[in-house]
Amino acid sequence: MSKWLPKSAAARRWLGLTPAYVMIGIFMLVPISIMAVYSFLEPNPYGGVLPEPSVAAYVKLFLEYDLEDNLVFNPGYINIIFRSFQLSIMATVICLVMGFPVAYYITLQPENKRNIYIYLITIPFWTNLLIRTFAWIIILGRGGVIETPLLNLGIIDDSLKMMYTDGAIAIGLTYSYLPLMVLPIYASLEKLDFRLLEAASDLYSSRFQIMTKVVIPLCKPGIVAGCILVFIPCIGAFIAPNLLGGGKKLMLGSLVQFQFASARNWPFGSALSMLLLSAVVVALIFYARSARKKEYIQGTA
Amino acid sequence: MKRALSLLTAFAFSLGATLAKAEGELFIYNWTEYTPPDLVDKFEAETGIKVSVDTYDSNETLLAKLQAGATGYDLVVPSQNFVPIMINEGLIQKVAVYDLPNYANYEDKWKKPEWDSEHEYSAPWQWGTTSFSFHSEEYSGSGESLAEFFEPSEELRGRLSVFPTPDEVISLANIYLGIEFCSEDPKEMKRIQDMLVAQKDYVVAYNNETMSDLITSGEALMTNHWNGYSRLGRLAGAPVQYAYPKEGVVGWFDSLVVPTSAKNVENARKFMNFMMDPVNMAILTESQGYGDAIKGTAQYYSEELKTAPEVNPPSDLNVVFAPTCSPAAQSLIDKVWTKVLQ
Repeated sequence: MSKWLPKSAAARRWLGLTPAYVMIGIFMLVPISIMAVYSFLEPNPYGGVLPEPSVAAYVKLFLEYDLEDNLVFNPGYINIIFRSFQLSIMATVICLVMGFPVAYYITLQPENKRNIYIYLITIPFWTNLLIRTFAWIIILGRGGVIETPLLNLGIIDDSLKMMYTDGAIAIGLTYSYLPLMVLPIYASLEKLDFRLLEAASDLYSSRFQIMTKVVIPLCKPGIVAGCILVFIPCIGAFIAPNLLGGGKKLMLGSLVQFQFASARNWPFGSALSMLLLSAVVVALIFYARSARKKEYIQGTA
Repeated sequence: MKRALSLLTAFAFSLGATLAKAEGELFIYNWTEYTPPDLVDKFEAETGIKVSVDTYDSNETLLAKLQAGATGYDLVVPSQNFVPIMINEGLIQKVAVYDLPNYANYEDKWKKPEWDSEHEYSAPWQWGTTSFSFHSEEYSGSGESLAEFFEPSEELRGRLSVFPTPDEVISLANIYLGIEFCSEDPKEMKRIQDMLVAQKDYVVAYNNETMSDLITSGEALMTNHWNGYSRLGRLAGAPVQYAYPKEGVVGWFDSLVVPTSAKNVENARKFMNFMMDPVNMAILTESQGYGDAIKGTAQYYSEELKTAPEVNPPSDLNVVFAPTCSPAAQSLIDKVWTKVLQ
């Protein structure tokens, strides 16, 4: 062993982990710290920040001076946050409902076919998200791929008005992030021992019971990972809300973008991002806690 | 002697060829679909400089990018009311545009503008107007008043498209309501806010990139538009008609300026000079359909451009150029816009 390496095993482990710490430090802690610091500064009216400490950005989340200069409770931003969560949960649920059967189906295929299917699932990722989202304008829009045949067949006689709605945003989000749901579920289903299913069947489980009592609990880590992977980018999304929602109802992602560009209030944009970040972290901590508790219970039982 | 000369010429040519490779690069950051590729090709062929173009969608985006420390851009194209901000914030540098050979072609009418009175920073790109366009077959109105845009009739419910950034929309509202630009009076701004919030019931999308497509598909019957972009939509077959409302329209003047962080300042100046040559400027105007501020371009215009309604407004049209607003006025504008969008 080289004389340069530290003697104790613990110190060597630390050294081995250094690249990871450096990566996390540079790509995660530094940007987040900048964001945190900016959120406690005064905005420069023409973009950027002034080096004066202030909590105005956080106050602004709830209270705002209206045009007559009265400090009033402003539910606007809370509404936007609520709407973002609502749409993201909706997209996550749709992704789960559509993604699970797909992953299950792929698992049941012979091995050589499985790889082709997985390959097909990832193909949309080869194209820019913006372009893929744009394609939905042609599909959903007035005189688009869905409407035109229905109009020509006389099934409808006016536009369905599918574009620029919450539904269009949900479709766009679902489409964008569906592979992120399928892949982790497939990864955990692939490891599933199918003899357990036979065993359950031998013990008189119905098909439904096999699904709920055996398959789903065993691939729960995949399902949870998929939900997290879909939910988190959804909540910060701004391409789908802008292109498919028409930018009429701001979502958190668009609101943050608006603060940095048009409104030139970087501290407020940072404060919103911090709020978003803490919400996600708190949710993840709760999940990790409950998962650990269950493992413990199962381990002792 | 003759032989020596030809040898020298051959040498000079070969030197030129090697130099062409070493002429370097030029990074242009411009609005979407605002840099005609043939113009870029021509500049590359004439100078040997390799040009790269990146795009943005609004003055606000450009300003935010520069404020955030974006580097690597040699030329950007802000509108007149953003030039003083960029000067004050130290984001753009003096490049002595008045010293360029083709500066003599600058049209006198546009010389000494208030945003850069000595022409130290900016060279002309295009100037134009912001108003609205409507579906020439399906919309019943004639676009004679801004009332049709701000207080829409029932047929426009869910079929009106508005720009997603406050800059031009609020200026247009200022003109319609007769409120001075950059008002610091909250009561006046409240009137604008109320009007825009009421207008939102009719809005199908806040968009400034696919306006003509929205009209073509029928998704919108009326949309905020720029005159030249409306012409391009019409030439591509969209049934759009650009409106010249009696109250007036918002004017803007986009200029080439060089960011402080630019690496290829001399190449940027070469491009500025290139653009002040009427032949080249005419190519830009032909492709964009706005106005130019260079003498002698009209002789190169096509018949179509010479007669396009978007380029030839009625002579009594009231064009108002927005100044740079004070922080207090800007803050009111942001409040209004946040209220509208939330």
